[in-house]
Order: sequence, then structure tokens, then C-alpha cells
Amino acid sequence: MKPRDPRDLRVRRQASKIRADLQLIADMIEPGARVLDIGCGDGALLEHLVYVKQVTGRGIELSQNGVNACVSQGLSVIQGDADTDLTDYPAGAFDYAILSQTLQATHDPRHVLEQLVRIGRRAVVSFPNFGHWRSRLYLLCRGRMPVTDALPVSWYETPNIHFCTIRDFSALCAEVGVTVERSLSLDAGGRAAPQQSLRLANLLGQSGLFLLRKA
Amino acid sequence: MNKQDIAESWAAKVQTLPGERVELGRAEPLRLDCGVELGPFTMAYQTYGTLNSERSNAILACHALTGDQYLAGAHPITGKPGWWDMMVGPGKPLDTERYFVICANVPGGCMGSVGPREINPATGEPWGLGFPVITVADMVRAQILLLDHLGIERLFCSLGGSMGGMQVLQLAASYPERIFAAVPIATSARHTAQNIAFHEVGRQAIVADPNWCDGDYYRHGKVPSRGLAVARMAAHITYLSEAALSRKFGRRLQDRSGVTYGFEADFQVESYLRYQGSSFVDRFDANSYLYITRAMDYFDLAADYGGILANAFQDTPVRYCVISFTDDWLFPTSESRDLVRALNATAADVSFVEIESDKGHDAFLLEEPEFWDTLRGFLFGCGEQLGLAAP
Repeated sequence: MKPRDPRDLRVRRQASKIRADLQLIADMIEPGARVLDIGCGDGALLEHLVYVKQVTGRGIELSQNGVNACVSQGLSVIQGDADTDLTDYPAGAFDYAILSQTLQATHDPRHVLEQLVRIGRRAVVSFPNFGHWRSRLYLLCRGRMPVTDALPVSWYETPNIHFCTIRDFSALCAEVGVTVERSLSLDAGGRAAPQQSLRLANLLGQSGLFLLRKA
Repeated sequence: MNKQDIAESWAAKVQTLPGERVELGRAEPLRLDCGVELGPFTMAYQTYGTLNSERSNAILACHALTGDQYLAGAHPITGKPGWWDMMVGPGKPLDTERYFVICANVPGGCMGSVGPREINPATGEPWGLGFPVITVADMVRAQILLLDHLGIERLFCSLGGSMGGMQVLQLAASYPERIFAAVPIATSARHTAQNIAFHEVGRQAIVADPNWCDGDYYRHGKVPSRGLAVARMAAHITYLSEAALSRKFGRRLQDRSGVTYGFEADFQVESYLRYQGSSFVDRFDANSYLYITRAMDYFDLAADYGGILANAFQDTPVRYCVISFTDDWLFPTSESRDLVRALNATAADVSFVEIESDKGHDAFLLEEPEFWDTLRGFLFGCGEQLGLAAP
């Protein structure tokens, strides 16, 4: 096996673009901030933040393959679980705690949300919106759990065990005393929809993206 | 061989061992945890690669219980490749075209550094059990003296597996300003009861050997080789895994078609262990084995910090990469996870990777491409952060 040369990565880093929804998250992060990316996957967002925004970046990832890929790219990532491991960190350890498309896969989203705003001065959370009109129509017409382009896995196989709508998430934030600084609804391509009411956002958004802080 | 011959043959052997040797602790002796002041004393070490003009590319590799300073190339006594030969060299994870790699024999060892087999200058006789009990922290204090001697203010990285990892953790906790990155591999912040128990079996095997002579075997011209071999055999099992033993040997017989209804080495695994035991005796000193296992037993990093491991790393500027292996039952992943938890409690910069391997504790010494990729990538990322020039 030819040894991988990490130097090849730098070229790729500078040439590559990240997914539109990840770019929106990156736009919310101040350069040079301390960032924890929870559920960082293969490190695409974290890598972008570290090398383009010069943040001090850490990651947590559940899958060992993801962790190994990140660390061998020079990123600081640990194998861990959002449900259990966030309590290890001291309060205010990071400027931003990011949870991208992971909340719906946690066992205790309320606890995770509370931990996010505890360890981060701000939290950035994105999740698929179960209130999207396609999901509503699917359930109304077929009477079965929606299987859509955005949520392609059947109920018995999906890792997503706690679905919510944008309205549900807003309500949870109010309940646990989390202030919403910004909220965006994203289309299927991960681009931000124009400003709209919560009612429309909840109907038309494929996913929600929130910038939060402790009240 | 009479006692004169043994003493002289060892003295001759040490003199011919290749590598560097330095006398440390002359200006000020090394204050050991046990209260004894040691000095001046000899440290034997090897270097690979070239120290750059900024003195910023030095990596300290720390050897494990039975390792020594001969990382790469042929070992001067066994003739076999050094313990990290696959890891150290041009283009390898510890790339000697990029890094200056140092490895020193720990005090208490038997490959040229001060230890029970060396001559105590006060008596003109081998130290034997008169040698003071050393700890992992003492090993690290000696490393610092060596770094001072080499003019290295801050290491780029310290890394090592097993007891080597303990030294890495101790160095990072006690001298955070002397090290940029730390890679503790297949190790723990404290030696567990089970591991102390295994060590005690090994030590008892040695002291039960009549040739041990209360540790004074050098002067009696004897070698407690049976005791040391048994200690090695027992320990060697803990370095492997059930899966590795099954794959390598299963229940296969050694050069025979059926069992002999006796106590010869019928099984390949028995023959293998006997070989491991007898070949170990040729290169290791029984008293060194007692001293170094003791140092590991005494290791409990949190104990020096009010029993809270996180306090050992408070405000640490060091970048950590903790590595464990799935089938290592001597230093299991749970130990590494405890370490990571403590580092997270201080919001330290830490990576943690568990490598899939069925080779047991010894995996850190063997060919594990994913382990090497991890190490290569971590060191590269650190080098970029530090502005370490590419070769």
C-alpha cells in the first residue's frame, strides 16, 4: 500500500467547496473562534473552518471510520457520542458548538440542546424539517411514515429516532430557555430560503438552521 | 562461565554497544521520588535524522518495559530489526528526513543507561538491589536532563506505547512547556490492579530462581535465566490476544503427529513461549525487569494531582493524540477513554483514535497501516500548526 501523504490534502482543501448548508453554517462562525463540531463526519466542515476561517477546531464523531479519516487529515477529533460525552466539557469551553444534521439521531435531544448552549457561547444546530409539505402530504395521503428524497430511509432502518419540525424545535428552545439569534429554513439544495413567517418556513423548509445562545 | 568472566563479558559488551552515551546529573544530582539522589549517572541513547537549525523538529520516542534505545536498524545484540524499525526512517511515519528522533534507554534499564547491572561508583560493584527504586516520573526527569544536554528547549512531540505512553503523559503533565504534541499509545494514566498482578507473577518467578541470589547474582557469577524466562512467558501472553494466539497457533502440535503424554512442548504455542522466554534472557537483566515493572506499578498520574486526573492537564497547551487498539486487554480502550475524558474536562486539544486490530497490546509494535496513517496525519497537522518546514 502506498502511504498516504497528508501534503496532498492541502491542495484538495484549497480547491474544494463545501456543501451549501455547511457553507451557511461556516458563514455564522467568526474567524479565529474556538469551535466544537459534534457529529463532524468525515471532517468536511471542520476542515473548512480550520483552514479557511482559522478557527481552533475540535470534532466529535460516533463512527470510528470518520474519526480515523479526520485525524489522519490532521484534524483534532475524538470518537464520542453527543448523548453522553458533552457533559465532560467545561462550561463556555467553546465560542461555537455545532450540531449539523445530528440532533434527530440523538437519544435525548433536549439534554443535548442544553449541553450545546452550556459548553458553547453560541450553538449552531441544523436538522431535517419533518413539517415540510412533502412529508405532511405523504403521511396524509398514504398514511405511512414519509420516505422522501431528503429522508430516504424507512422508519425501521433510520438512525433518525427523534424527528421534529421547525415549529417543534422553536418551541423546545423557548421551553429550555434558549434564545434564537437567527433562524433559516433551507431548500433541498441546502440554500437559505428568503425571510418568511414561521408558518411558511415550517411548510416549505427542507431543513432548519438555528443560531442559539443561552438566554 | 565463572563470575569473573560474566562480569567482564558484560562490561565488554556494554562498551561495544553502538550509539551515544552521556553523563548527566553531575552539576546537580537527580532527585528521585524514593528520596535518593542519583548522580552523576549515564544515559545511553540513539538519534535518527537531523536536528534543524531552529531545534524545533525533535521527537522523543519512549520505549516500553522491555524495549531499549535501538528503535530502527539492526539491534546490536539480537541482530533483529529495532522495535519501531517499521516506523522510523525516510518516508516512514516518523520521517527521519523531517524529524530528529531521539530514544533513550530508561534509568533502571540494561542497555547502557544507569541500572542495577551497572557499576555503583561508590562501591565499585554492580548496584544489584542497592539500586534505588525509580518511577516513571524519575525516567522523565532524566529525559529532561538529556534534552537540556542536547540543547532542545521544546520537543516537537513525545510518543510511545505502553510504559512509553506513561512517560509521554508524565512529561506532558509535569513539563508542558517542553513539549508541543503528545501521543500516548496503548497506555493508561494509572497501572490497573490486574496489570500490577501480572507484574507480581513475573517478579516472583525471578526471585524464586535460586540463581537470583537475593539480587546479587552478578557477584556469584550466575544468571536467574529460568525465572526471567518464566516472567517473560507470562507477560508475553498478556501482550497478545486470544484471536492472535488462535490464528498463529491454534491447537497445532510442534513437529509431531500426536501428543506425547508427557510435559514436553507438544503444542506450538508452548514451543513459541519457551523460545520467547529463552531469547529474552540473552538481552535483558532480571533485576532491571524487577525495577522497571515496579516503576509501571507505581504509576498513577492523578495521585499527584489530588486524585483528579483532569488537574494534571489544567490549561495544557499540548496537543494530544490518544491511540488505543480494539483487542488490547492489557491497556484496553476504556483506559484511553478515561484519559480523553479528563483531557476534555480541561478543553484540551485532543484527538482520540481506536484502531481496529486483533493483535492485542503488541499491535503498537506491528504493521497497522491505519495506526500509521493516523500518526502521520497527526504529526503533519501539528507540523503545519507549528510552521515546521517541509523537507
